[in-house]
Amino acid sequence: MTGHTVISVRNLMKKFGSFVANDNLNFEVYQGEIFGFLGANGAGKTTAVRILTGLSEPTSGEVIVAGFNAKKQPEQVKRNIGYMCQKFSLYEDLTMKENITLYGGIYGLKKRLIRERTDLLLDRLNFREYADRLISALPLGLRQKLAFSVALLHDPKIVFLDEPTGGVDPITRRQFWELIYEAAGRGITVFVTTHYMDEAEYCDRISIMSEGKIVAIDTPANLKQQYHARSVEEVFVKIARPGNN
Amino acid sequence: MRTVFYLIRKEFIQIFRDKVIGKAIFGVPVVQLLLLVPAVTFEIKNIDVCIIDRDLTTESRGLVNRLEGSTFFRVIRSTSSEEEANNLMHSGKCDLVLQIPSDFGKETGTWHPSRLMVSVNAINASTAQLSWAYLNGVIREYNTDIITGNIGGQPFNPVPQIQVTNRYWYNELLNYKYFMLPGILAILVTAIGFLLAGLNLVKEKETGTIEQINVTPVKRYQFIAAKMIPFLIIGLIDLAIGLLLGKLFFNIPFEGSAGLLFLASTIFLVGILGFALLISTISSTQQQFMFVAFFCMVIFILMSGIFTPFDSMPVWAQKIDMINPVVYLIRINRMVMLKGSAFADVSREMYALAALSVVFTALAVNRYRKTA
Amino acid sequence: MKRFFGFVKKEFLHIFRDPRTLVILFGIPAAQILLFGFVVSMDVKDAGVAILDLSRDETTQKISDKICSSGFFKKTQDLLTYDDIERVLRKNRTKAVFVFENDFGNRLISEGKANLIIIADGSEPNTTTLITNYATAIIADFNRELAGTAATQNLLVQSEVRMFYNPSLEGHFMFIPGIITLIMVLICALMTSITITREKEVGTMEVLLVSPLKPVQIILGKVAPYFLLSFIDIVVILILSFLVFDLPVKGSLLLLLAECMLYILMSLSLGILISIVSKTMQQAIFASFIGLMLPTILLSGFIFPIENMPVGYDWFSALLPPRYFIVIIKNIMIKGTGFLYVWKETLILIIFTLVFLGVGIKKFKIRLQ
Repeated sequence: MTGHTVISVRNLMKKFGSFVANDNLNFEVYQGEIFGFLGANGAGKTTAVRILTGLSEPTSGEVIVAGFNAKKQPEQVKRNIGYMCQKFSLYEDLTMKENITLYGGIYGLKKRLIRERTDLLLDRLNFREYADRLISALPLGLRQKLAFSVALLHDPKIVFLDEPTGGVDPITRRQFWELIYEAAGRGITVFVTTHYMDEAEYCDRISIMSEGKIVAIDTPANLKQQYHARSVEEVFVKIARPGNN
Repeated sequence: MRTVFYLIRKEFIQIFRDKVIGKAIFGVPVVQLLLLVPAVTFEIKNIDVCIIDRDLTTESRGLVNRLEGSTFFRVIRSTSSEEEANNLMHSGKCDLVLQIPSDFGKETGTWHPSRLMVSVNAINASTAQLSWAYLNGVIREYNTDIITGNIGGQPFNPVPQIQVTNRYWYNELLNYKYFMLPGILAILVTAIGFLLAGLNLVKEKETGTIEQINVTPVKRYQFIAAKMIPFLIIGLIDLAIGLLLGKLFFNIPFEGSAGLLFLASTIFLVGILGFALLISTISSTQQQFMFVAFFCMVIFILMSGIFTPFDSMPVWAQKIDMINPVVYLIRINRMVMLKGSAFADVSREMYALAALSVVFTALAVNRYRKTA
Repeated sequence: MKRFFGFVKKEFLHIFRDPRTLVILFGIPAAQILLFGFVVSMDVKDAGVAILDLSRDETTQKISDKICSSGFFKKTQDLLTYDDIERVLRKNRTKAVFVFENDFGNRLISEGKANLIIIADGSEPNTTTLITNYATAIIADFNRELAGTAATQNLLVQSEVRMFYNPSLEGHFMFIPGIITLIMVLICALMTSITITREKEVGTMEVLLVSPLKPVQIILGKVAPYFLLSFIDIVVILILSFLVFDLPVKGSLLLLLAECMLYILMSLSLGILISIVSKTMQQAIFASFIGLMLPTILLSGFIFPIENMPVGYDWFSALLPPRYFIVIIKNIMIKGTGFLYVWKETLILIIFTLVFLGVGIKKFKIRLQ
């Protein structure tokens, strides 16, 4: 579990007016791990992810992602990461192939490489028959898998997934996590946020956010032991319930 | 640059994937151009006149005949009832009522001729004034007859008169179409480009696809350029089609350099699209964009000098109009196509257009943030 | 019925909750009326003219002075030769050149006539026509003076003119009703054309589809809040026109307001129809804005009188609802006529409204199937 640090967050604060969305966050993520960023809806997870991916500026604190300062060098950060946001954001009026080609081109992949990757992607995920269909005509699970694949298209060092399995059936969820494992197996660090506590079990380490603060960070096993819980869900309930700390 | 190419490619795919819009982009200008251009004219034809002839003598009939013989007037009714005449004017059936008093014939050619009473529908003030001027022309001819002795008693010395001849250069027949076609074309291209480009960008904000772009290494100017170039190309094609139609169907003259026109149109489109994108960057929904765009566009269009002369606007309005790209394009179009003006003649307008384009585009790029 | 009112209330709140939209929806029409009332005009002021005086005597000097001090014209320069004309017209600052033939004053006295040629830049026909008219009027005046010195003055038939409905010859009377017509139809059609397509794009159409409301109720429910908004809009506009531009309401105010309500309803219905038929907001906006704007400006009689259009255009214009409202509004406000003069136009507007609503509802039902 120790590899070098790919994400380093020190004293991260994010305020919207007087509302504190991220309150003094401190944590590190190591290379190759699957890091689960848990918390209830509204806890501040997406805000933090947007800062890590250079989409939003921190109010204060130091955030280093893939070796670059997210506040001062957001564009460099973006070159080295992939991102799958909560709201599906591939182009609905484009086909699978067209979306892939677009992002491949944006990330600077050569035409031949784009073609190869496209073929690989379509075959590996059994998307061949859907290749020329508009995204809007595809079922949700397929879309999510495609979005994930596009995020990995350019071999980023880190990939950020914000609630990637929202609204998807359990089987598709399982398939999705297989993809995540596969990516991690290739050495890609996966930073995934979710409010599904059971998905926490799949992660190497997790952190739990509550009301803007990180209230726990460790491996699932350690946390369960620490809080005498049988599941991460129990851990969460014990931690997040006010008055239990 | 490859990035821009891929982005532009995506834009074109998206534009033409909507079959309806794809056809409308080229179809609507063609249809509206062919349909609307013939309609525009300020020429006054057939001013409908109602005569109240209380005299009914040779002299009064002589006057009425002159009126009927004039190309401008059409006598639709002769009555003795003032009420009926007024009703006709109320219901819009006549625009001018000429009342000839009962002593007209007797007093013509004497030292105290009678007065004609004229009522004109003055809702359209300029048409009214024109009608009045034309009527005076007819009366003047009648007066000339009196003076030269055709009517009334003694012959007199001719009165010295200044003869005025009107000659029109560059558009000898004062063909309004020559003027209106480029104008209508410019408006259509403006509206289409403005809406499509602007809505496009706002939609990306609304759906969230812009987030995915923001997280890539795409540079701001690349993104904005890709939002502009497809519509620039479409706009230029529309302009070319429109001018071709103008030549084919309406025989629009083309005295000047096509290259100059092309250059002006390109700079113009960049300016318009830049402005649209600027508005997009400050709108968060398509609806918001729509209303701000509506506001700006209607102002640009009604103040463009196409429908009402630029010089007729109050000075403060002319100053505001200095940031209206449409004004400059219309002027350049008109001068190059009808007068054959060269670059030197339109240089002021070109520089103004260029300045506006640079400013609007720069603002748009600037306001677009990849990091919130 | 209760469900219907609940639905209407929800639609109301939806709109009135967003302050930005309200500012826009109220501010825009008012601002535009104010702006265009001052801006849209056909008066000629300070039009640039150049003088080519080949005679240079007292008479030509007098005439030139009269022309340049009229307020309509402003002298740009004195030209020396005929060749200068082309150069100066091309520059675009000068719109017309007055050419006095040589020996002007003498010819006038000895031959009884002298020639003045007005060479005007015909590339902007609307300005040019006005310019030549004004010039002709000024010369006519001068001619009258000349005639006045002759013994024949009292022989000439004079006429007296009454400018009906608009004695002060305000340009506003023609344009403001037209502007009101244009802006209202565009805004109303735009507003409603977006509503249903928005539901389609955002995905809340399904909610509508499974609701127990009848299609008629859904559509009327969507139109209702915009109706109120537009009505307030038009009342504000009328008040502004009256206060700022002295636009009168010579006829019945009640009738005017009723006709306005009808017009708004018609425009909103048109928007709804477009909304139902369009698949995306882009299409809806295209159809309502681009489809309506130029035809309304050009064919409805707003600026260009319908009578002057070529044969057959009367028919095209007949398909445009705004054409009828312009007649109605001018009649009631400026002519002061009563319902008897506008019943035909009113009836046509009612028919348009019913057609739009009817077709819209039918198509909506089909969508629901």
